[in-house]
Amino acid sequence: MDKVFNVIISGVGGQGILTASELLSKVAMASGLDTKKSEVHGMSQRGGSVVSHVRFGRKVYSPLVEMGTCDLILSFEKSEALRWIHYLKVEGAKVIINDLELIPTTVSIGLDTYPRDIVKSIEEKVRAEVLLIPATDIANRTGDARTANTVLLGAMSNYLPFEPIVWEKVITESFKKHTIEANLMAFRFGREFK
Amino acid sequence: MSNKVLLSGNEAAARGAWEAGVKVATAYPGTPSTEILENLVKYDEVYAEWSTNEKVALEVALGAAIAGARSMTSMKHVGLNVAADPMFTSAYTGINAGFVIVTCDDPGMHSSQNEQDNRRYAKFAKLPLVEPSDSQESKDYLKEAFNISEMFDTPVLFRMTTRISHSKTMVELGERKEVGIKDYVKNFRKFVTLPANAKARHYVVEERLKKLKEFSSTSPLNRIEEGDRSLGIVTSGISYQYAKEVFPHATFLKLGMAFPFPEDLFKKFASMVQRVIVIEENEPFLEEEIKTLGYTEVEGKKYIPFCDELSPEVVRKGVLNEELPHPEPIKSVMRPPVFCAGCPHTGVFYNLWRLKATVTGDIGCYTLGALAPYESIDTTICMGAGITNAFGFQLARGKEFSKKVFGVVGDSTFLHSGITGLIDIVYNKGITKIIILDNRITAMTGHQDHPGTGKTAKGEVTKAVNFKDIVKACGIEKVYEVDPHELRATREVLKEVMELDEPAVIISRRACALLPEERKKQAERPKRKVNVDICKGEKCLGCVKLGCPAISIKNGKASISDLLCVGCDLCIQVCPFKAIS
Ligand SMILES: Cc1ncc(C[n+]2csc(CCOP(=O)(O)OP(=O)(O)O)c2C)c(N)n1
Repeated sequence: MDKVFNVIISGVGGQGILTASELLSKVAMASGLDTKKSEVHGMSQRGGSVVSHVRFGRKVYSPLVEMGTCDLILSFEKSEALRWIHYLKVEGAKVIINDLELIPTTVSIGLDTYPRDIVKSIEEKVRAEVLLIPATDIANRTGDARTANTVLLGAMSNYLPFEPIVWEKVITESFKKHTIEANLMAFRFGREFK
Repeated sequence: MSNKVLLSGNEAAARGAWEAGVKVATAYPGTPSTEILENLVKYDEVYAEWSTNEKVALEVALGAAIAGARSMTSMKHVGLNVAADPMFTSAYTGINAGFVIVTCDDPGMHSSQNEQDNRRYAKFAKLPLVEPSDSQESKDYLKEAFNISEMFDTPVLFRMTTRISHSKTMVELGERKEVGIKDYVKNFRKFVTLPANAKARHYVVEERLKKLKEFSSTSPLNRIEEGDRSLGIVTSGISYQYAKEVFPHATFLKLGMAFPFPEDLFKKFASMVQRVIVIEENEPFLEEEIKTLGYTEVEGKKYIPFCDELSPEVVRKGVLNEELPHPEPIKSVMRPPVFCAGCPHTGVFYNLWRLKATVTGDIGCYTLGALAPYESIDTTICMGAGITNAFGFQLARGKEFSKKVFGVVGDSTFLHSGITGLIDIVYNKGITKIIILDNRITAMTGHQDHPGTGKTAKGEVTKAVNFKDIVKACGIEKVYEVDPHELRATREVLKEVMELDEPAVIISRRACALLPEERKKQAERPKRKVNVDICKGEKCLGCVKLGCPAISIKNGKASISDLLCVGCDLCIQVCPFKAIS
C-alpha cells in the first residue's frame, strides 16, 4: 500500500474514541503497515469534543492527517462529524456517522443551537458517501448496548483494506474475556450494514 | 514488523528510561507529560514518585544523581518554570550518575495556560538539548541522553511536545541494561555552590559547552538526509514529520540534538543546498542560532507562524502559500469541556455564581468554573496564584471589596504551591477568604495521587496530609469544612465567611465523581427524572443553570440523560417547582 490511508475518528469525551482508534491502529499494524495515530488527552476529556487521527501505509511521517486528504471520517456523534468535514478529500471520501445526538450545555443555556439536517448538509457540500448508523439499536441486539462502538468499527471495516479475520483477532485480544463474544457479534452486525 | 509495538511518545520515553537503567524517577503531573511517570511506576527496578511539585521533583532526582543513581524527572513546560531554580544551578554542579530532565511542551495549548518554548531553557541554563521526533526516537534518544549526561558531566534537557508525547507510533523494544550505583565521593568544590566555588564552576560550564558543540556535529542524533539540493530544510521534533510530508524530496538537516547548535554540520549542509528554510514550531530557536553564524539569508519565521502548533497544512500554506483542495468547513456546535455530571466543583461554582462573588481562580478541573453558565472566575494565572491573587485584590481595593473575593484552589494545587501564599496572607495581616476544593485526587490530569490522598504513585499506603491541620498551622483560625453537594449549607458558610474581618479557609470536601469508589455508589443510585407536567422548562431554566451535562432542554422542557446522570441530587435541590425526583 504505497498510498497512505487517512482516518479521522471523532466524538465526545467519554465515548471511547481513543479505544476505537487504538483497535484500528492495531489492525493496521497486524496487517504489516507502518501506523501512526494522534490525539490529545487532558482538557478535552471533560465532555468536550475529541478527535483521533489514524494513518497507515508503507511509510508514514506525520501523525496528523492533512486537510484535504482524509479518506474516511467515523463519528460517534452527529454534530462531531461536521467539525472535521473540511479534512476530507474532495472526491470519493466516506463518512460514517452514529445516529446519536449529544446536546452540549452551550445549547441548553441558549448560547448556541444544535445543527439540523446534518447528513443533508454534508451531502450538499461534499461529494462523499455518507452512512448514518443506528449503532446503539444494533448493539442492543447483542444483548450489550456498550458494544455500539464495535458496531461502528464493523461498518467502517467495509471501507478499509483489512481482512475481517485480522479485525476479529484484534478484537479478541483487546476486550475483557466476558465481552469478547458480544463484541465479535457487534462487529459482524456492523459489517452487514452497508 | 511483527516485533514492533505501538507506543505513545510518553510510553516510549518511560521504556527508554527503564532500558537505560534508571533507578529514580520523579514527576509532578501535567499534560502532556503525565504518562511518563505513570508508565515508569510499572517497573519494579525503578523507584517512581509523584512529587509535591516540580521543584521538589527536580531536586529529589538531582540528589539521587549526585549520590550515584541514574535519575530522571519529567514535567510539563510550565512545570519547568517552577523547577527552574535548581535546574540552573545543576548546570554548574554537574552530576555523578546520569541525570535527564524531561520537559513536555504544549504547542497549540491543548491543555495549558501558555505556549512557552522550553528549548530556550537549554540555552539559558547552558544544558544540552535532545529532541525526539517520534516514539522510537523518544526511547532511543532518552538512552543516548543518559550517555551524554555522563560523558559530559551535565544534566540533559530532553524536550518533547504534545504531538510527540501523545501520538502513537511503532517502536522496536530493547532490554534493560543495569548500570549499578556509582561511587559517591564528597566534593566540596563541585557540589557546594558557595560563590567562590560557583565562580570556578562557571568556567567549567563554558568549557563543557564548547566540547558539547563539537560533539553535536558528530552525534548520530543530528543527520543530513540527502535529497534534491535546490531546497534544504533544517528542522527538529514533530516539525520534521510535517516537513517530510510537504517536501518529501528536499535535503534535510534533521536535528535530534539542537543545542549546542552543530555548527560544523550545518556549514556542510549549507554548502550542499541552494536555499535553506528552517521549519520549527513556536520560537525561531534554530533560526537564531543559524543567523548568528552569519547565514542571514536563511528563512524561517518569514513563512512559519509563531503562534499555535504546526501541522502539514500550516507548513504547506506557510512555505508554498498553497492548500490542498478540500471541502468548505461547516459550522458545528460549540462543545467546550464542562464539569462532569456529579462533579463536586459544581456545587461551589453554582453558589459563587449566585453570590456574585469575585473569584481569583487557579489551575485544575475547577478552572472550568470560568465558563458558562457560571462565568464566576476572574483570574487564572498559574498554580498557587488563586490564593495570592486574592490577597492582591484586597491590597488594591481594600477590605470591604475583599469581603466578596474568594481565592479558589484545588487539593493537589494547594499542596503544590498554595501553602506559602496562605502563610503570606496570615503574616501580612490579610483578611482573604480561600476555598480549598478537596476532591481527594489530582483530577484534571487524570487521577494521580498526591500527598493528601494517602497513597503513593506505586499504590502503597502512606500518611495523608491533613488539610485542616496545615491550614491551622499556617495561622488561620477560621476553618470550615463543607460538602459542596449540600448547596444551601455551603451557601450559608460562604455568606458567613463574607462577613468576617479575618482570613478564613473553607475546605470543600467531596471525592471526584469519576473515582472508582464514587462510580460504584452512583451505579446504585436511581437516575433522576423530570416530571414534564410540572416542569416550567424554558421559562425557568433553574436546573440548567447548574451546568450539569446530563441536563438539557428537549421540546421546551428539562430532560435528564440516563446515559450521563449519576443520581446525585443537585438538580432536585435547585428545582423551584419540585419537578425532579
Ligand atoms: C506548574 C504546573 N504544573 C502542572 C500543571 C498541570 N496541572 C494543571 S491542573 C493540575 C492539578 C489539578 O489538581 P487539583 O488542584 O487537585 O484540582 P482538580 O483538577 O482535582 O480539580 C495540574 C497538575 C500546571 N498547569 N502547572
